[in-house]
Amino acid sequence: MIITTQPILSIVTFLPLVGALFIATLPKAAANNARWVALWTTIVTFAVSLLIWANFDASTAAFQFVEEYEWLGPIKYKVGVDGISMLFVILTTFLMPLCVLASWQSIDERVKEYMIAFLVLESLMIGVFVALDLVLFYLFFEGGLIPMFLIIGVWGGPRRVYASFKFFLYTLLGSLLMLIAILVIYGHTGTTDIPALIQSARLPADMQFWLWLAFFASFAVKMPMWPVHTWLPDAHVEAPTAGSVILAAILLKMGGYGFLRFSLPMFPLATEQLAPLIFVLSVVAIIYTSLVALAQEDVKKLIAYSSVAHMGFVTMGIFTVTTQGVDGAIFQMLSHGIVSAALFLCVGVIYDRMHTRQISAYGGLADRMPIYAAFFMVFTMANVGLPGTSGFVGEFLTLLGAFKVNTWVAVLATTGVILSACYALYLYRAIVFGPLEKPALKLLPDLSAREVVVLGPLVVLTLLFGFYPAPILDVTAVSVQNLVAQYEAAVAGAAKAATLP
Amino acid sequence: METLAAFAPALPEIILAAGAMVFLMLGVFSADNARTGVFIGWLTVLLMAGVAIMIGTGGAERVELFDGAFVVDAFSRFCKVLILGAAAVSLMLSFGYFERERIMKFEIPVLALLSTVGMFMMVSANDLISLYLGLELMSLALYVLAAVHRDSLRSSESGLKYFVLGALSSGMLLYGASLIYGFTGTTSFTALASTLQAGEAAQNLGLIVGLVFLLVGLAFKISAVPFHMWTPDVYEGAPTPVTAFFAGAPKVAAMALLLRVLHDAFPGMLFQWQQIIVFLSVASMLLGSFAAIGQTSIKRLMAFSSIANVGFILIGLAAGTQYGVSSVLIYLAIYVVMTLGSFAVVLAMRRANEMDETIGSLAGLSQTNLPLAVAFAALLFSLAGIPPLAGFFAKFYVLDAAIKAGLTPLAIIGVLASVVGAFYYLRLVKIMFFDAPGEAFTQAEPAVRWVFTLSALLVTFYVVYPAFLLDAAGTAARALVP
Repeated sequence: MIITTQPILSIVTFLPLVGALFIATLPKAAANNARWVALWTTIVTFAVSLLIWANFDASTAAFQFVEEYEWLGPIKYKVGVDGISMLFVILTTFLMPLCVLASWQSIDERVKEYMIAFLVLESLMIGVFVALDLVLFYLFFEGGLIPMFLIIGVWGGPRRVYASFKFFLYTLLGSLLMLIAILVIYGHTGTTDIPALIQSARLPADMQFWLWLAFFASFAVKMPMWPVHTWLPDAHVEAPTAGSVILAAILLKMGGYGFLRFSLPMFPLATEQLAPLIFVLSVVAIIYTSLVALAQEDVKKLIAYSSVAHMGFVTMGIFTVTTQGVDGAIFQMLSHGIVSAALFLCVGVIYDRMHTRQISAYGGLADRMPIYAAFFMVFTMANVGLPGTSGFVGEFLTLLGAFKVNTWVAVLATTGVILSACYALYLYRAIVFGPLEKPALKLLPDLSAREVVVLGPLVVLTLLFGFYPAPILDVTAVSVQNLVAQYEAAVAGAAKAATLP
Repeated sequence: METLAAFAPALPEIILAAGAMVFLMLGVFSADNARTGVFIGWLTVLLMAGVAIMIGTGGAERVELFDGAFVVDAFSRFCKVLILGAAAVSLMLSFGYFERERIMKFEIPVLALLSTVGMFMMVSANDLISLYLGLELMSLALYVLAAVHRDSLRSSESGLKYFVLGALSSGMLLYGASLIYGFTGTTSFTALASTLQAGEAAQNLGLIVGLVFLLVGLAFKISAVPFHMWTPDVYEGAPTPVTAFFAGAPKVAAMALLLRVLHDAFPGMLFQWQQIIVFLSVASMLLGSFAAIGQTSIKRLMAFSSIANVGFILIGLAAGTQYGVSSVLIYLAIYVVMTLGSFAVVLAMRRANEMDETIGSLAGLSQTNLPLAVAFAALLFSLAGIPPLAGFFAKFYVLDAAIKAGLTPLAIIGVLASVVGAFYYLRLVKIMFFDAPGEAFTQAEPAVRWVFTLSALLVTFYVVYPAFLLDAAGTAARALVP
């Protein structure tokens, strides 16, 4: 284990907050300054976060870069990363500069407040992935609601009030049940230290059952899983482009991360008992929301439903609790973070030009915007899960994991891959191909340099991880093996105890 | 000399009471104008600050006075400092308002001071008699304060309403106290506790009825459902700074009194009073949360919000443990900051010289007055209990105390109620941030600006160093429940 003398995780977590405070002191008229400060803050944060990856020791499942300070009496401020959480931190810091760039021109009102909200949100999101204390985790997890609520509500579309309230209250209800569960764990074990709980919490089976459900309430809403996914299409459609990107790419991953970090290791018996429930919900999500996506007329809504379907693969993969399934789920989450972010950015590009998200308003863009068409195609293929794109690896691994555990689940889930090809290709055809008939479309300029800078890295990563997924899988491998081994030991231990007279 | 020195622990009360008399004389013999009022007002604030420092730096060991009727300990110290802070800050908020309304009489700070003495008595009461004395001293001063705007129909109405209902509740409390005295033969908390240790005595039906009446009287003062009916009307009718005063210090005093009575006098009847407190708590949380949704007046909304918050505080009391007591104290401290900050915002809702207290007047505040909007939003998110703001920690500790005491269903009802509560707090945020702006408010006076800014900063940055409140509340709780 590498001991670093610098509190690097805290620096990465709170650097955006410092930037936000700095922007707050800028004079009101300085919209452009606010943009630049936000951009540099996020870039520096990303650069610092790369140091974490560079110094990360992938050969151990232990938590690294651990920091611990006095905070709330027995509850400590404790942060650290392992193979499961580290890449989510990188994903967050990587996407933020792109979000700032994507909002460069499309946000021209209250720019200062917008950038502050985004930087505060970044701090809270990173905090979720590095927190090693349940209460601290909860703090970051729920704190993110405030800036996101404001981002949707202030800078969103026509139905922004409805969408922001729905988003906030849905998530709050789920989270509060988790809070009760956290307090029950605290009361029972006397600690909220996550590594200690993962290592040694032997909660009684019936208690695990209820705790699992309470955590499930929170993560299922966040994921979102069918049937509590309905806030997502609303929030996505109304949020500004960068807000949609953050929602799809990072906020949704908190649910999956939560399952991996808490539900599996802390409640293994309940996980074993309730995994069939997850499989059913996942399969329904994959098939049903794919069909719903097919019927959408709004570009963002279509992508939102496709996100729900893709998250179905993630939950399915996680609860197979096999190395392939969990590896695949993490990979799928990271890949989806890149691909869905890119898709929303692509929508943002044409929305900025045409100010409509109706699929029928577009057609034949390939003539006017060839670069855009090429970029969009890569992401569409990744969304479908075409081999050679990052979308394939995750889906394949989760299906492999599911096949080992339950053939029927795997078979039904595979139909989702076909359906995703249907809606993704339908969307691509309707927007990019066909005759260029509408007069408004004939004057559209192709991608600007700024837009190429935003989308370019995402194209590279999509293809890179599609052909060469090792950088990600190497990091997660040991931690995932450890997670699965611990789970199996716990389940086997309980089974053995049950057979004893 | 020796007898005089024995009164030393009661020095804060003596100073405050003497101060009230001196200021009264000063006022009577000065010119009858607003300047006198403001001058005496600031003197009162200074006196309160001085006494707060005196108490805060003084010893914390338990001392009994007046034949055990009056007790000074770490618990009373914590509550008294909190009461003084709340009272002084709400007084500071009031001067500008009263001057504009042309009712800045010197009696206002004097009455506030007298009610503070009453609250001190309540916090230190260790006998049913001194409990009643303190409660009445506080209440009588508050009745007058509610009606201080005597040319306003609403203010007079609210004063009268408060008085009539308050008198009723006092009567119930006295009846309960007399029953308790009748069945146990003592009014001293210490003696009550040792009498009830026997177990047999705790089953006595008459005693239980007495306890119920006592609790009814106190539930009225903390405006717990179903004894809350006066709260929205009084909050709305009374002049806004008076409402701010009502929402802060008296709530702390009454809650502290409730804590002391139940834990010092009736620990043996935990099973009996726990049910009552659980009921009050659930009813307050649910009614407070749901009834606030439809309100259009910000003061009425704050009234229902305070009812819901009282419900939450009662969760900690229902736990009946030392940890529960400290969670209640933490909640009270954070609640006082949030409430005073919110009322400072309400006081800033003024165009020219016209107060506009409908929530619609906040529309688009973020575009006309961003600092005010951000401060209020922080306070509202904190009231809704969203981390990382201070209000989250308040809720966290009471819920934790309840779960550790095996009251998980109560905690679950609590979080469900807080989702409903979040809705109406969010609605205010929505009005301020999402709606189109109206006419800007007139710049508020410095005291008001300072209070909402500081309280917003406090609730936002409490998360950085929460330990100090934790330690102080822990010490206070240990003094009450060993």
